[in-house]
Amino acid sequence: MPEPRTATLPDDPASIEFFRVNGLPDPTPGMDLAAYWDSLPWQQRDLGGWTADSLAEGLAAFVAARHIAARQPAALRSLDILPGRAKDGSPEAHTLHLVPGEVVCIVGPTGSGKSRLLADIECLAQGDTPSRRRVLVDGSAPDPQWRFSGEARLVAQITQNMNFVMDLAVADFLHLHAESRALEDADEAVRRVLDAAVAMAGEPFGADTPLTQLSGGQSRALMIADAALLSPKPVVLIDEIENAGVDRGRALNLFVEKGKIVLLSTHDPLLALSGHRRLVIRNGAVARVIEASPAERECAQRLARFDRSLAGLREALRRGEPLDEAWSRLRF
Amino acid sequence: MKLITLAGPPSSGKTSVALKVLRQLQDEGVKAGVVKFDCLASQDGKRYRAAGFPALTGLAGNTCPDHFFVNNIEDCAAWGREQGLDLLVSESAGLCNRCAPHVRSLYACCVLDNLAGVDTPRKIGPMLKTADLVVITKGDIVSQAEREVFAHRVRQVNGKARILFANGITGQGTWEVARLWNEAPQDQELTGGRLRFSLPSAVCSYCFGQTRIGRDYQRGVIRRMDMEAAERA
Repeated sequence: MPEPRTATLPDDPASIEFFRVNGLPDPTPGMDLAAYWDSLPWQQRDLGGWTADSLAEGLAAFVAARHIAARQPAALRSLDILPGRAKDGSPEAHTLHLVPGEVVCIVGPTGSGKSRLLADIECLAQGDTPSRRRVLVDGSAPDPQWRFSGEARLVAQITQNMNFVMDLAVADFLHLHAESRALEDADEAVRRVLDAAVAMAGEPFGADTPLTQLSGGQSRALMIADAALLSPKPVVLIDEIENAGVDRGRALNLFVEKGKIVLLSTHDPLLALSGHRRLVIRNGAVARVIEASPAERECAQRLARFDRSLAGLREALRRGEPLDEAWSRLRF
Repeated sequence: MKLITLAGPPSSGKTSVALKVLRQLQDEGVKAGVVKFDCLASQDGKRYRAAGFPALTGLAGNTCPDHFFVNNIEDCAAWGREQGLDLLVSESAGLCNRCAPHVRSLYACCVLDNLAGVDTPRKIGPMLKTADLVVITKGDIVSQAEREVFAHRVRQVNGKARILFANGITGQGTWEVARLWNEAPQDQELTGGRLRFSLPSAVCSYCFGQTRIGRDYQRGVIRRMDMEAAERA
């Protein structure tokens, strides 16, 4: 409903922004909407595409969006995925209980149903997707309205097909994201994301670097840091980020520290072993749940050494050094 | 019959989303059809018919496509009832951002894509501002952060609509859209009903601010669709 025209116009900077983005003059403090409308030049009133009512409605929507953005999603305590059925109709054997700070890896050949599982979580399936799985939030079926609100969705997604498409510098873009979350200290939030992203990326980049000029590894690092630190979503779904040139251990730690539930679809041995559990998907269903054994953990440590050595070789290549020298310094 | 207005910028994914949504409803026994309004050319009628949905194509030619829409929507709705449809989707490309084909009593859906740029929601106007449901597509190729910023910008111009993300290629998110379309109001009378936003610009009664639907209200240069040709176009 349009605001009463006699109500005083809000004069906080966030509301003044409404007039600026629409190319309208700032209202004088204490003015009501009727007085503001009358104060506009007739050309603006007649030809500017606004009426007094649409202006009131537009301002109300703009201000309301800020309240919606400021609303923090309730902290998630758990996510349960109740079994559905495999592609051949046979029942799925495993129930999954996920808690904040947990990293679960998903493995299986292409077409086995990894994406279906991620999609079931994304849409909070209630026995109505082909897998017939049900997802419980904090132990019970979620409010059905959540499924019909993009803003209420619990899930952030990162896949290897995603790119930054906005023509903005990194810091300007992060500011936009912080503003859309109505954060108190946007500058601090931006700095934290940028620091975390640079620490994860192989090559440093700055606040002024255009988003679209980031390398694959840099943009992946920025997406991860942003999803961990700026996105309000408590669940993160990651699909195949292995080839990105990102410090993967650091990336996962960032999510764990922020108490996110991470589901990671991957065939990278180092990543697959860094999860608390891994799910083997076969024929559309979770066929096995594997917890890393001590022998596997030993394996993971050796893999991490190889990974650091490989990173060292990449670094030597980048510096233009002969690889044999670097090779002899590194431990394989 | 339920009638839905579906609008959005060219290539935002209206037809791909509609095909996924309508196929789900078809599987549930809903008989759906489409009328596609466009300016100069459209291949979408063929896409809908190939998928098994009866479809009309109305090309506005030299006239404004939204004016053309409102001068013809009653006949299209009558065609839909003749076909025995449960659901008719009126799809039109929002080309100039000035107008909107949304009607007060009908469910109104706007499709936007994430690639359009963060300032696009502020530029679009009534097609977006007066919609009941905003579907944002192409989320699979941009970052999570961009999706969140884009949805926020949409929220800033439309405080009431539901905002959903959908993928016209994989169908992800279209189940939710199908549920909402299926709840659209039934058997709304068009004649005498009103557009949500006036369409002034040049040569017919709607150009002068008329918002009522019906032949009695239509003056000036009115082009009616040739329904037989439209079924083949």
